[in-house]
Amino acid sequence: MRKRLRALAPLLALLAGYLLLLYGSPTQGQLAVQSFESYLLEMAAIVPAVVLLMGLFEVWVPKDLIQRHLGQGSGPRGTVLAILMGTAPTGPLYAAFPIAGSLLRMGARVSNVVVFLGTWGAAKVPQLLVEAQFLGPSFAALCLVLTVASLIAIGLVLERLLAARGEVAAS
Amino acid sequence: MMMLAIYVLVAGALALSLARDRARTRAALRVAIRSLERLAPSLLGVVGLVGLLLALVPNEAISRHLGAGAGLSGTLAASLLGSLLLIPSLVAFPLAASLLRSGATVATVAAFVTTLTMVGIVTLPVEMRELGRRFAVLRNVLSFLCALLIALAMEAIL
Repeated sequence: MRKRLRALAPLLALLAGYLLLLYGSPTQGQLAVQSFESYLLEMAAIVPAVVLLMGLFEVWVPKDLIQRHLGQGSGPRGTVLAILMGTAPTGPLYAAFPIAGSLLRMGARVSNVVVFLGTWGAAKVPQLLVEAQFLGPSFAALCLVLTVASLIAIGLVLERLLAARGEVAAS
Repeated sequence: MMMLAIYVLVAGALALSLARDRARTRAALRVAIRSLERLAPSLLGVVGLVGLLLALVPNEAISRHLGAGAGLSGTLAASLLGSLLLIPSLVAFPLAASLLRSGATVATVAAFVTTLTMVGIVTLPVEMRELGRRFAVLRNVLSFLCALLIALAMEAIL
């Protein structure tokens, strides 16, 4: 019971914020509500698919498959696979967190999970197309190359930092 | 369009799973529902926060602090803004393009775009819960630093 209440507290605070804004500055308040609605819609559109896929993933994909293809010893092939997995989806980055968590628990390397997350956030194919359209192909291409290089570097550094402290991410 | 493809994929996978093993499929659905229960409050919180943030940051402030003549502080401001915000690319890229056109430096726009996609302060609680505190914090910090480096490199190259 206590836990439920604690989870609700920040939500109630946010609700208070909205009400305050609507009362004190109606145009801003309405803008806030509109934004909230549109993002809620976006989220409601993707989350069911994500949790269903996660459920299927967890009962059908054997742990050692992940371990073999994305875990220690999978080498650069694992990294490439992580990149490919990150470019495919659509949806905001936070939808990727639970998937990434599952991957970690099933034995994927930290560096590959970082690459997967980063690619999902910055280099999903549909997003790249939008970026090229609005910011120009040279901007998008350069950004992509630098971002992927950074992700691989961040992945390796993060993996080493976490291993040095003797922990892999908790769940 | 992509949404449709994704749901077709999910429906197909579910159908396949149901055909192969009923009990496992039920287990999968239970995992799905449990995940949804776990995620729902955090996700609602994220969306709620973003709505408020977007309404409170006025447009002229954005162009004033990030636009032409803002220099390095503009780039830093852009990276802070990108870290805080969580907007879909369909909205973010036109915004970035208009910033470029109105005179913002490549570094500023690149910093905005990279932090927007790689760093998430608003989503940090969710990330910490799903991936572990240290992982989440370190990933965001390292990504932020790299985003700045990328922005400066792009300014130099383009």
